[in-house]
Amino acid sequence: MEAFLAGLDSLLLYIFAFSALIGSILVVVLRQPMRVATALISTMIFLGGVYGLLGVHFIAAFQVLIYVGAVMVFMVYVIMLLDPRDPAVKTRFSPLVVPGIIGGLLLAWALVHAVHGLLGNVTSTPARFGLKEFAVSFLNEYWLHFELTSVLLLAAVVASLAVIKGASGRNRG
Amino acid sequence: MDKAQLLLSLAVAMFAIGMVGVIIRRNVLVMLMCMELMLNGVNLSLVTFAHQSGTTVGAVLVFLIFVVATAEIAIAIPIVLMLVKRKQTLDPAAYTDLKG
Repeated sequence: MEAFLAGLDSLLLYIFAFSALIGSILVVVLRQPMRVATALISTMIFLGGVYGLLGVHFIAAFQVLIYVGAVMVFMVYVIMLLDPRDPAVKTRFSPLVVPGIIGGLLLAWALVHAVHGLLGNVTSTPARFGLKEFAVSFLNEYWLHFELTSVLLLAAVVASLAVIKGASGRNRG
Repeated sequence: MDKAQLLLSLAVAMFAIGMVGVIIRRNVLVMLMCMELMLNGVNLSLVTFAHQSGTTVGAVLVFLIFVVATAEIAIAIPIVLMLVKRKQTLDPAAYTDLKG
């Protein structure tokens, strides 16, 4: 039974990883922004599944809550606000297709080399940590970073208000 | 293939695909979504390393990246909306007068 469950875990991990890869290719290839957003949402949900299988359930929950629930819903609303007859929607790629793909392949090659060099240094005994260990270390060691994120969020709110106010002020003037 | 190798390869692939998308796509919103894809690739690599080493540093960084991604979208979307209102298009080639 244990072996069956471990095998099922690995199989699900492979399926989720493969689906996330397919979804990320679709993000680049599809034409309509709404379909791109749907592909990205499915990629994020599959990544949430991968995080769950790795045992970091709280990150899986936040992946779905923050990325899918907040960021992508915001993106979908903006897509619905925009004009679908825009020529930028009809023409999919810019003239930089060939150099872009070559640059992407070079980047992937360099990153794979760097990552496989790093993997030798990492201990190969994966240890599970739960929400308790995470919360304790977050509020004991990284409390300054936690506080700084609140400053960052405040700055983001002020900046987005400034962008909107500045634009409406220029329109009135 | 080892589980960690598989996930790190997926993270590298997602980062590279996202970068290709930012370069080759012609729609500012799709470019933003490709940037989100790159951030997701980075998150996956951090979670994999945290899982392998059994420390919480990677998970803390993932949380900080969540916050940064949210702040980035909250600022980027109004800027894109203002640009579209002014230029009537999502094509970044129309925004060349932003060069300064």
